[in-house]
Amino acid sequence: MTRKQKKTLIRIIASAVLCLAVWFLPLQGGWRLAAFAVPYLVVGWDVLWSALRSILHGQAFDEKFLMSVATLGAFAIDEYPEATAVMLFYQVGELFQSLAVGKSRKSIAALMDIRPDSAVVLRDGAELTVSPEEVEPGETIVVRPGEKIPLDGEILEGQTSVNTAALTGESLPADKTVGDEVVSGTVNLTGVIRVRTLSRYDESTVAKILELVENAAEKKSRAENFITRFARWYTPCVVGGAVLLAVVPPLVFAQAWGLWIRRALVFLVVSCPCALVVSVPLTFFGGIGGASREGILIKGSNYLEALANVDTVVFDKTGTLTKGAFAVDAIHPANISEAELLDIAAAAESYSGHPVAESIVRAHEGHIDKSRLGEISELSGFGLSAVVDGKTFYLGNGKLMDRVGADWHECHLTGTVIHIAEGSRYLGHIVINDEIKPDAKQAVDGLKALGIRRTVMLTGDRARVAEHVAQELGLDEARAELLPAQKVENVEALLNEGCRLAFVGDGVNDAPVLTRADVGIAMGALGSDAAIESADVVLMDDKPSKLPLAIALSRRTMRIVKQNIWFALAVKAVILALGALGLANMWIAVFGDVGVMILAILNAMRAMLRTKT
Amino acid sequence: MKKSFKLEDLDCANCAAKMETGIAQLDGVKAATVSFLTQKLTLEADDAAFDDIVKKAAKIVRKIEPDCRIVL
Repeated sequence: MTRKQKKTLIRIIASAVLCLAVWFLPLQGGWRLAAFAVPYLVVGWDVLWSALRSILHGQAFDEKFLMSVATLGAFAIDEYPEATAVMLFYQVGELFQSLAVGKSRKSIAALMDIRPDSAVVLRDGAELTVSPEEVEPGETIVVRPGEKIPLDGEILEGQTSVNTAALTGESLPADKTVGDEVVSGTVNLTGVIRVRTLSRYDESTVAKILELVENAAEKKSRAENFITRFARWYTPCVVGGAVLLAVVPPLVFAQAWGLWIRRALVFLVVSCPCALVVSVPLTFFGGIGGASREGILIKGSNYLEALANVDTVVFDKTGTLTKGAFAVDAIHPANISEAELLDIAAAAESYSGHPVAESIVRAHEGHIDKSRLGEISELSGFGLSAVVDGKTFYLGNGKLMDRVGADWHECHLTGTVIHIAEGSRYLGHIVINDEIKPDAKQAVDGLKALGIRRTVMLTGDRARVAEHVAQELGLDEARAELLPAQKVENVEALLNEGCRLAFVGDGVNDAPVLTRADVGIAMGALGSDAAIESADVVLMDDKPSKLPLAIALSRRTMRIVKQNIWFALAVKAVILALGALGLANMWIAVFGDVGVMILAILNAMRAMLRTKT
Repeated sequence: MKKSFKLEDLDCANCAAKMETGIAQLDGVKAATVSFLTQKLTLEADDAAFDDIVKKAAKIVRKIEPDCRIVL
C-alpha cells in the first residue's frame, strides 16, 4: 500500500468507528446532525474539497462532485447515517479500486520486465557497467550467467544456453555458441559470453517489443470507443434524470419533496460510469499483456478484437507451415542398397550449393571422400553427370533418365524426385520434401476445434506438393503456383466473399498480403525487424501452434469485456429503475457504483491469467 | 513531434478519458492518448507550438484531476 492508500484506510476505520458510536448516542435534531458530520468529514473532506475545485474549474459532472451532491443532499433531507455511510463506502470502493488498479499495473509491468538495466561493455580492456543506451554497435559486451542480454549481437567468445521464455513463451533453453546471434531481452543461463553488438538499444528487439506493447493501448477497439462515447452521454443523462425526478413530481403532482429528492439522490450515486471506463481498457491491456507472455505480440486492442472474430485463416506455406528447409523424405533404390545409393548421390552432389543437393549431403551424415570424385558437369534443365570411383552416374529428372536410356519409373510419393542411373542402368531415386513443421497439424486441428470455418493455404509451389501438404494437415483448401501478386488477389477475393480473415506468413516477403488481411500475423519474428513492423500480430517463435492460442486468448478477452459491459449496464439500469420507483435506497446505489466497479476490475484481471492449451 | 509524459497520481479512469478528449481538441494537436493503466500521456503535435501545447495540456490535466500532474 502506498502512503496515500494507508492514510485513506486509517480515515475509513476512524470514520466507521465514530459513525457506529454516534449511531448509538441518544442525540436529537441539530446535535445529531453535528455528531454525524464528524465521521462524514473525517472520511469525505477530500472528496468535498476536490468537488469544490472541480466546480471552480467548470467540471460539473465530476464523479466526486456528484458524490458530494448526493451525500450533502442526504444530509439536507435528514438522512445522516445514510449520507455518512455512502461517503464511507465510496471511499472504501475508491481504495479498493486504487489497490486493484495498482496491482494490475504492477503485474503488467512484471510481464514487461524484459528491459535490461545495464550492460557490461569492454573498452580498452576494462569492463565498464553502463546503461544499454550508451553502447554503440560493434562494441563488445560481456554477459554473465543469470543476466539479461542487453543488446542484440553475435557471440564472439563462449558457449551458453539462453532462455527466451520472456519473449517467446518457450521454456526450453536454446544452446548458443560462437557465431550465433543472441537477442536482447533473453536471459543468459550457463556460461560467460562476449558479444559483439549489432544495433543500438533503440533498435534492439527488446526496445521494439516494449514500445509495441506499451503503445498497443493507442489503437483502440470498437468496444473501448463505445465505452468512451457512452460515458460522455451517460453521466449527463442520469444527472438530468435525477433533476427531473427531484423536481417534476413535487411541482406537477404536488408530491412530497423529501421522497422524490431521496430517489433522485440514488440516481446521482450510480451516475458514474467508472466500472466500464476502468474495466474495459484494463481487460484489453491484460489480454495483450498475457498474450505477450506467451510470445504473442498483439499491436492494439483493435487487432485483438479482430482476431477474436476471425472465421477464416489463410496460411502461406513455405516457412509458415513447413520449415522452408528441404530434407530427404525417402530413398527408393533399385538393384542396389539404400546406403550405396545415398552414398553415390551425396558424393555427386557434394559440390553443389543447391538446397536440394545440400539436403542429400546432410542426409548422408558420414564423411565424403572428395578424392573419389572425377569430372562433374551440370546438365541444365536435366540434372548433372558425375564420375565417382571411375564410374559415370547421372542424377536428375525423368527427362535425363530418358536421355540416357535408363529404365526408370515415377515415384508414388510427392516432392522433388532425383533419379539416379549408372550409365543406362537405373539405380533408383531419392525423394526430397520441404518438411512440415511438427506442430502444424496441431495448429490446424486447434483452429478447427475453435470453430474456424475455413483454412486456406496459398503457395507459389507446385500443385502436387501443395495438395500433399494440405491433405497431410487437413486444410480445407490449397491454392498453388501463385505469384506474390496473385496471393494478394486471392486474399482480396476471400475478403469480398465476406470472410473475416487472418493471414499468417513469415513476414519476410508477404508484407502486401499481411496489410491487406483483416489481421496480418507474422511468424518467427525473433530477430526479424521486417516481420515486427509489417504485421498486426506477431508470433515471436516459429510455431504455428501459437495461432489457435492467440485466437483463444483474444476470444477470452472479448468475452470478459462483454461480460463487464453487460453486467455493469444491467446493474445500473436495474438500480435506476428501482430507484425511480422508490424501491432502491442509497445502500443499494453505493453497491451499484463501487461494488460493480470492484467486481468488474476483478473480472478484468482474469484476462491476464494463463490459458490452458 | 511525438512525445510521452508520465502522469503522476492519475487515479480516475473517467478523468483520463476526459483529459484525452480535451487535449486532442487543442489547436495543433495531431493525436493524444491518455492511458490510465500505464499512466502515460502520448502527445503528437506541431513542432513549433509543442511547448505551448504541453503547457495547455498540463492545465487541462490539472483542471480535470487536481491531484494529478504531468511529469515533464
